[in-house]
Amino acid sequence: MIKAILIFNNHGKPRLSKFYEHYTEDTEQQIIRETFHLVSKRDENVCNFLEGGLLIGGSENKLIYRHYATLYFVFCVDSSESELGILDLIQVFVETLDKCFENVCELDLIFHMDKVHNILAEMVMGGMVLETNMSEIITQVEAQTKMEKSEAGIAGAPARAVSAVKNMNLPEMPKNINIGDISIKVPNLPSFK
Amino acid sequence: MPAPIRLRELIRTIRTARTQAEEREMIQKECAAIRSSFREEDNTYRCRNVAKLLYMHMLGYPAHFGQLECLKLIASQKFTDKRIGYLGAMLLLDERQDVHLLMTNCIKNDLNHSTQYVQGLALCTLGCMGSSEMCRDLAGEVEKLLKTSNSYLRKKAALCAVHVIRKVPELMEMFLPATKNLLSEKNHGVLHTSVVLLTEMCERSPDMLSHFRKLVPQLVRILKNLIMSGYSPEHDVSGISDPFLQVRILRLLRILGKGDDDSSEAMNDILAQVATNTETSKNVGNAILYETVLTIMDIKSESGLRVLAINILGRFLLNNDKNIRYVALTSLLKTVQTDHNAVQRHRSTIVDCLKDLDVSIKRRAMELSFALVNGNNIRGMMKELLYFLDSCDPDFKADCASGIFLAAEKYAPSKRWHIDTIMRVLTTAGSYVRDDSVPNLIQLITNSVEMHAYTVQRLYKALLDDISQQPLVQVASWCIGEYGDLLVSGQCEEEEPIQVTEDEVLDVLEGLLVSNLSTPVTRGYSLTAIMKLSTRFSSVNRIKKVVSIYGSSIDVELQQRAVEYNALFKKYDHMRPALLERMPIMEKTASNGPAEIVQTNGETESTILDTKHLPNITQPASQANDLLDLLGGNDVVPVIQTTVPTKPASAGGELLDLLGDLSLTGGPTPTPAPSVPMSQPPFLLDGLTSQPLFNDIAAGIPPMTAYNKNGLKIEFTFERSNPNPNIAVITIHATNSTEADMTDFVFQAAVPKTFQLQLLSPSSNVVPALNQGSVTQVIRVLNPQKVKHCEPRAHFASFCSSSLSICPETAQTLIRLVKLSKAE
Repeated sequence: MIKAILIFNNHGKPRLSKFYEHYTEDTEQQIIRETFHLVSKRDENVCNFLEGGLLIGGSENKLIYRHYATLYFVFCVDSSESELGILDLIQVFVETLDKCFENVCELDLIFHMDKVHNILAEMVMGGMVLETNMSEIITQVEAQTKMEKSEAGIAGAPARAVSAVKNMNLPEMPKNINIGDISIKVPNLPSFK
Repeated sequence: MPAPIRLRELIRTIRTARTQAEEREMIQKECAAIRSSFREEDNTYRCRNVAKLLYMHMLGYPAHFGQLECLKLIASQKFTDKRIGYLGAMLLLDERQDVHLLMTNCIKNDLNHSTQYVQGLALCTLGCMGSSEMCRDLAGEVEKLLKTSNSYLRKKAALCAVHVIRKVPELMEMFLPATKNLLSEKNHGVLHTSVVLLTEMCERSPDMLSHFRKLVPQLVRILKNLIMSGYSPEHDVSGISDPFLQVRILRLLRILGKGDDDSSEAMNDILAQVATNTETSKNVGNAILYETVLTIMDIKSESGLRVLAINILGRFLLNNDKNIRYVALTSLLKTVQTDHNAVQRHRSTIVDCLKDLDVSIKRRAMELSFALVNGNNIRGMMKELLYFLDSCDPDFKADCASGIFLAAEKYAPSKRWHIDTIMRVLTTAGSYVRDDSVPNLIQLITNSVEMHAYTVQRLYKALLDDISQQPLVQVASWCIGEYGDLLVSGQCEEEEPIQVTEDEVLDVLEGLLVSNLSTPVTRGYSLTAIMKLSTRFSSVNRIKKVVSIYGSSIDVELQQRAVEYNALFKKYDHMRPALLERMPIMEKTASNGPAEIVQTNGETESTILDTKHLPNITQPASQANDLLDLLGGNDVVPVIQTTVPTKPASAGGELLDLLGDLSLTGGPTPTPAPSVPMSQPPFLLDGLTSQPLFNDIAAGIPPMTAYNKNGLKIEFTFERSNPNPNIAVITIHATNSTEADMTDFVFQAAVPKTFQLQLLSPSSNVVPALNQGSVTQVIRVLNPQKVKHCEPRAHFASFCSSSLSICPETAQTLIRLVKLSKAE
């Protein structure tokens, strides 16, 4: 079972935190800080598995993490999950985010926290892996987003306009206008004397 | 009231904050705005506010005032509202808040909603944070959705069912009918979650396990299709089709095949196929192989398959990828118990991993190395492990030291090697060893009699070098106290003897007393050591001086000891030699065995071996010999005297060794110190001395009078000990019908070699006159071979030598018991 999924940046600021077990708010923040401490100390070329910190269950739970550019993706799991499988899951998650946000970067995660939660909800539910098929996940997420947009009313007009423009099928503007060889016959004008 | 700002605006604002205080201020302002907006019961902007609240919650600010708002959002009709509402419920609520129960009705309605996404949201929330009450109420709905044909809902319902089962295990049977055709689904998502559901059910209930065993052929078929089928783009991850599902199925097969021959046989082929055909160039392939190996090791697979599995693990160990090596070490640790020899083949690789830079790999390699140590490779392995101990991080040192001690104890090729190893550990990682290793070491040293001189010499030299490592110092000072005479006399066969004078030794010990590095415990050890040397050295005056100085020490522990030792010098000098004699050989206990019951006698330290007054009576030695004489020297083993002449006042405080191994009794202090608080562990049997220890079935042997002469009558009552029927428990009652008390009453016993005897402490050693009371003592006799018609001759000699010479005859009388037979 997955106990928690945390995403934080290189300075420890949380970008996403989802706990599948009950902890108080203070404990959750402490866990984030503790996990950041443990994970940031790691070298680049060591293995991606760590014993869990004391707050999150100690040596029974493992931290499986991956470092992408400025973000750490950390999954805290117990012994019933396959470590290598979770590594693959993190990869699938990041690739899905990439497809949904088009070249995802940290800013996307910052400003669209709720959307990331929705994507995650389609992949992991109650600490267990729900769906790993990327296209399936994306289809579901997009369908739900469409439902939201249809309800948005007037406030959604700008958003709708933007997506309308995006989806507009403009005909290809010709880039070079090749008129061809036009021989313009200039009439023989009498010369002024 | 202006419209509340959007989430994006808020985020942008917060990011402009340059300090934590600024950020806090902004958030507080926004929280206030949100609170007033909530009070206005504004429906249009509620979802925006809650979204902002969730963001602030993630940053760590309190957001509990939004809990009710989440509920209102859930109850709304709009999908957007519901979505944020459910997300908020999952993040902010949990079963400890009473508010969450209000959700139940909403979730119930949403589970029956027409839109599948709403149903999905409800299932998701229930599956994440549903409490047991909610689960009980809504299990029926979940079960209904489990049978639907909509694959989107079906997979969510399956995982929700897992959560329900975890919270309320009794509801498991309810989901059984729905699982019938779960595996015939085509959709991989549903397959995946169904396998998870089946796994959970099998893990929880053995009935389910046997019920689902019949699914093994179906699972094997699905797995086969996955491997054989060609490239399918939707499930492909790095070239392998749906590895997640493969791994899940392998795990379920493992659970189903464990301990069951038929299922294991059905799986053999497919496992072999997966093991050989999977590509190992990417992490994905390795994940599948890893799972396959674990499955092969757990089920009753044929030996060829097991060899294949271990070879795969061996290949993993040589892989460059750290993750793979870590995983290989973990699985080897699991299999080392069952396939020890196969894992031994990879020993050198494992030992190399000790030198890896990665902390996780080092830890795994260390655990595995300890598991692989055996009698053949102990020397080589120990060299590597000691080197590792030198260079590893402090977090490892404690575990490594304990592991080394355990391994050394089990497989030490020679006593000298053992002591050398221990010395090495103490000098390199002395401050990290566990507290109970000090008494264990002392016991070990005591038992290797021929090594005493060598040991004390080495310890002395180590002390000269470094007195900062407390366990080393404690062991060293104890040894010097015990064997100081050997040290000074310079007799050592193993090594070059060093020339040490008494004064030098005393200098060192006194140095320990005054040093700032010594803990109070260590100081206690060294003071006792100095005291013991008073009988072994000739410079008694110096010792007297030292002891009297510490009589006014601030440390209460030291002060008490010093005062008592002082009294020993002054008033009880005749007892001193007997008291401070050499310790007897202690029998070995298990190295991390159960804590011995310690009579603390007012002492604060818990080491049993430092009970300072362990009187060792010189009498028993001679009497044992007399016993032998009486018996004509045939196969009788003199018993180590376990009783001690005690004062009647302290009768109840005897050390009782219920575990039967360490036959030490700490006599209470014979000093005039006012009754030292005898803190006895609460589980000492009270009133032991007068009642039979084991009130269970009598052995069927009637009680008998063993001796009745000159006014002294000794009766035996027999019982059989309940936990071990080979042990006969004999309780003796001694009564005295003469007119004067019999004092210094000591009872001894001897049994033939095949038997084992244990004498527990007597209730007192004064038998009151005129049958006013009795002395009881418990004897346990073990017949390990359970010989039917054994002919033990337990010869009992009892003697009373009282100052009044009540019995005119001499002390010894032989009693011949006819047959101490074990009635079968």
